Amino acid sequence: MARPADRRPGFSRRAQYGIFTGYVIAVAGFLAGVALLVVSIINPAAFSSVRGAASELARPAGEAGAETRAAGQSVFAAIGAYFRAGRQNAALSREVAAARANALTMQALENENRRLKALLGIVDPAVKPVAAARLIGSTAASARRYAVLSAGAAQGVRPGQPVRSAAGLIGRVIETSAGTARVLLVTDPENVVPVRRARDGLPAFIEGKSDGRIAIRLINMGVNPLRKGDVFVTSGSGGLYPPGIPVAVVTEVLHDGGVGHLASDPADADFVVVLPVFQPAAVAALGASQQAAGPAPDASAQEGGN
Amino acid sequence: MPLPRLSDLPRLPVRPEDIVPQRINRAPSPLLAAGLPWVSVMLASLAAFSPVIASAPVVPPLAFMVLLAWRMLRPSLLPIWAGLPLGAFDDLYSGQPFGSGVVLWSAALLVMDTVDNRVLWRSFVQDWAVACLLLAAYLALGAAIAGIAAGYPLPLVVGPQLLVTLALYPLVTRGVALLDRIRLLPLGKA
Repeated sequence: MARPADRRPGFSRRAQYGIFTGYVIAVAGFLAGVALLVVSIINPAAFSSVRGAASELARPAGEAGAETRAAGQSVFAAIGAYFRAGRQNAALSREVAAARANALTMQALENENRRLKALLGIVDPAVKPVAAARLIGSTAASARRYAVLSAGAAQGVRPGQPVRSAAGLIGRVIETSAGTARVLLVTDPENVVPVRRARDGLPAFIEGKSDGRIAIRLINMGVNPLRKGDVFVTSGSGGLYPPGIPVAVVTEVLHDGGVGHLASDPADADFVVVLPVFQPAAVAALGASQQAAGPAPDASAQEGGN
Repeated sequence: MPLPRLSDLPRLPVRPEDIVPQRINRAPSPLLAAGLPWVSVMLASLAAFSPVIASAPVVPPLAFMVLLAWRMLRPSLLPIWAGLPLGAFDDLYSGQPFGSGVVLWSAALLVMDTVDNRVLWRSFVQDWAVACLLLAAYLALGAAIAGIAAGYPLPLVVGPQLLVTLALYPLVTRGVALLDRIRLLPLGKA
């Protein structure tokens, strides 16, 4: 097939000028894009209001999609459960027996914990969730990992607040508009979460790898104590995330850390809960001291760390 | 293996042309004829608001594929500066730093223009090859820009996404070809 020849303007001056202007605008658009890109890399929050307005517009579509997702998953789950009913029944009966024993132990521990805390004079702040909402969109085609939440500033959601599902940590809010909020997922490389091993409190950091997995960095160097299947929960250091939220499970042990999977896949979460910042005073003080100290050499790890 | 020819593929049960019975004294609606490419690219940008909440980049960049498909099917339909508004719209939803779509889409349209000026003949395989190059460059540069913004290099993340994208491109061109038939339906008074 020969290429279509309809771009040749012939002798019409007007058509020739039109084509010329098109090229000028195209090149100007390219240069404007470079300028916008530089601005948004230097100041990532520069265009947050425009983005917020845009996600407000697309919110109804996203909510419809989120409901479809929940319905679709329950249909598949129901069909799957039908085939596995017998085996599952046996397994669940065993699990319930074990869980009943565990629950009694837990109750005793909880009582002891409360008594010890009362002795030490520690008052646990009652964590009341800010809002419950659906994840209505995500940046599925980009290498950055954001999701859009169907609650925003009108519901009391503020940048910095952690977001969790029933199964574990999802991420933290970074931008809000009136009815939507943008969440930086745990799998984004900019998000660094201070964690500890659930079993013995071994401290570590979790950093997104952007491919759905996360990297686990140990704080103490030496012999790598990680094992496959270790569960990491938030430690509460940094003051942003409340302690005790499951974050990741180790699936691969490397010589200086590990690679893990998320405890809570955002795709499975029907509803998520926005929590208040764990220790707002500590976060504000950290931010102030960081600003006073000037930009750190490894800026990305610093700003994501708390 | 020879590629399937157009006549071998199964026909659509209802052709767009059958929807409009009367054809005499009718002309395509100018709004639909000129606006459908823009609207279809913008709707593809909204694919981020799909039921899939991905924790890895797996979904192909649909909006950019639709743009390329329109550009290859009807070279003069979208103006050469279309990357500026459409790329900016895509940036609002894609999660890339604002401006990356503007730069990459504008550059892609300029590259397509050079390709059109250099190459005299067009064929399915050649269009696909050009699209493969452009899509690979788009994904790699997009990941590089996102990596700069995150302060973390992201080289190998886009591999699976690239394969899916390249394989899906001919399907997107078929979809756009169908839209093109709808675009020119004689709906209005001549």
